[in-house]
Amino acid sequence: MKRLLNTLYISNPESYLSLDGENVVVRRDEKEVGRVPLHNIDGIVSMGFAGTSPRLMGYCAEKNISLTFLSTSGRFLATICGESKGNVILRKEQYRISDNKEQSLRIAKNMILGKVYNSKWVLERTIRDYSLRLNTEILKEKSEYLTASIKSIQQATAMDQLRGMEGEAASVYFSVFDTMILQQKDKFQFDKRNRRPPLDKVNALLSFTYTLLVSMCKSALETVGLDAYVGFMHTDRPGRASLALDLMEELRSVLADRFVLTLINKKMIHASGFYQKENGAVIMEDETRKTVIFAWQSKKQEEIVHPFLKEKIEWGMVPYVQALLLARYVRGDLDAYPPFLWK
Amino acid sequence: MTEYKEEDYLMLSGIQHFSFCRRQWALIHIEKQWDENVRTVEGNIIHQKAHNNMFDEKRKNIIISRGMPIYSNSLGTSGECDIVEFHKADDGINLVGEEGLYQVFPIEYKRGKEKEEDADRLQLAAQAMCLEEMLSCQIKEGYLYYHEIRRRTKVIVDNELRQKVYEMFIEMHQMFERKYTPKVKRAKRCNACSLKNICLPQLNSVSTVQEYMNRMLGEDNE
Repeated sequence: MKRLLNTLYISNPESYLSLDGENVVVRRDEKEVGRVPLHNIDGIVSMGFAGTSPRLMGYCAEKNISLTFLSTSGRFLATICGESKGNVILRKEQYRISDNKEQSLRIAKNMILGKVYNSKWVLERTIRDYSLRLNTEILKEKSEYLTASIKSIQQATAMDQLRGMEGEAASVYFSVFDTMILQQKDKFQFDKRNRRPPLDKVNALLSFTYTLLVSMCKSALETVGLDAYVGFMHTDRPGRASLALDLMEELRSVLADRFVLTLINKKMIHASGFYQKENGAVIMEDETRKTVIFAWQSKKQEEIVHPFLKEKIEWGMVPYVQALLLARYVRGDLDAYPPFLWK
Repeated sequence: MTEYKEEDYLMLSGIQHFSFCRRQWALIHIEKQWDENVRTVEGNIIHQKAHNNMFDEKRKNIIISRGMPIYSNSLGTSGECDIVEFHKADDGINLVGEEGLYQVFPIEYKRGKEKEEDADRLQLAAQAMCLEEMLSCQIKEGYLYYHEIRRRTKVIVDNELRQKVYEMFIEMHQMFERKYTPKVKRAKRCNACSLKNICLPQLNSVSTVQEYMNRMLGEDNE
C-alpha cells in the first residue's frame, strides 16, 4: 500500500516557509527555526499568515505535496493546486454521475450507510467497553434506532429522503454523545452540535478535527484524480469541497469523534487550554492545538485492516483508499462504491 | 497502410509499459496516473545522464546525437532516442552537411540488466522503425545499454520484432480510442510495478461490493 507520509503542521502564525534544496525551511523573525526533508512529507498545513515562498509552492505542486493554508482558528483559507491529476475522462464521468439523480443516490446511499453504521458501532464499542461505568440502556436504545435507520436508508428512493434520514440519525447519535464523555465531565459538556462559532470546548474540538479530516479527504480525492468540489450528496456551491464532505461523512464518527472522545477521556487535553470570547465562541489556545495535532499524527499511524480490501493499512491511509475505491467505481472497475465499515 | 494524425500519436516509450501490462499502460497513458518508485527514479537519473551530461559529438567515423526527437506516421507514435549513432559505411545514407555515407543505430539506456521480456527490445525496434521512416533508410540493429552491467547488448531488428511492434501499436490505438482501462489481473509482475498502489491488484481477489455490504450489514440483522 502507498506509504503513509507525514504532514507538517505549522501552528505559529509568524512562521515563513521556504525551499532549500529538498528541504522545507521554517523561519521566524528572519531566523531559521526548523528544517524538514520534503521526501518524508505528503502535506503541509500552515496556520498563519506570514506566508510561503513561491518556489516552495511550485515544488509542492510538482511533487504532489498538498499545501494548505488555514486561519489560526483552523478555518480553511486556500490550498496550492498544481496541474490537475488524473485525466479528464474520469472527471467527466464524475460530473455525469453528479448530474444524474439515480446514480448519485446510489453512491450517496452507501456513504450514508457507512456513516450510520460507523456511528452505531461507536456507540456499541462504548457499551462494550464501559458497561460498568455508564447507563448502557440509553446507548442501547439509540443504537437500535440506528440499526433501524440503516434498514430504511437501504430503501431510500430520493436524495432528500436520504438527507432526512441522515439528519435524524445524526441527531440521535449526538443526543448521547455527552454520555460517552467519561472523564472531566464537569468541564467538557456536550449539548448539541454547533459550529459557527463552536460554543463549547467539545464543539471546538470536533470542528477543528473535522477540518483536519476534510483536508485529508480533499487531498486524497485530488491525488486519485477526482474533483473534490463536485459531490454526489452535497450539492455544488462555489468554494465548497462537496465531494470531500461526502467522503468525510462515513469517517467522521470513527476517525474524528472517537479521537475527540479519547483526547478528553484520556485527559490529554485540559479545560484550561481554551478561552471564551465575549460572544460565547470557544477558542483553543495554541498549546492545546499543538497537542491535538500531535495526537492526530499518532492516530494516523495506528494500523487497522481495511474491511473491504482486507489489507493492513494505517488510519491515515483510509481517506486515500476510499478515494481510490470511489475512483475505481466511477471508472467501472467495481460494482458499487464500498464504504468504509468499521466495528 | 494506416496513417495517423499527429494529435493521435501515442508516446513511444509506452510500448514498454504496454508489453509489461496492458492495465499499467492504460493507467499511465489514458488515465495519466503516475507514481514513482525506486525503479522509476533510477531510470530518470540514467536517462538524464544519457541526454544532458554529454554533448553531441563527432569522432572520426561516428556521429553521436543525443536526445533526438523521433516519430512515425504509420505507427502513430512519437518520442525520443537517448542516442542515435551514425557510423560511416559504404552502404549507408547521406546526411545533410556531412561527408560520406552513414549507417544508423539507435541506442537506448536502461536501468538494471538485460531482461527476458521483450519490453526493451520492442521499444528499441519501435525507435528503429521511426528512424527508418524519417531518414528513409534501413536499420538492421540497435543497442540497449544496461546501466547495471555497463554494457551494450545488440538487438537485431528482425521481421518478427517489427511485426510485434506494429500489432502492439494498433492495439494501443484501439484501446486509447475507447479510453479503456483493462480490468486487474493479478500476477507476479505486480510486485515490481510502480503503479501497484493506484491499480490495486487485490481488487481482483475481493468480493463484490454487494456481497461486502450484505455481509457487513447482514451481521447486524441477526
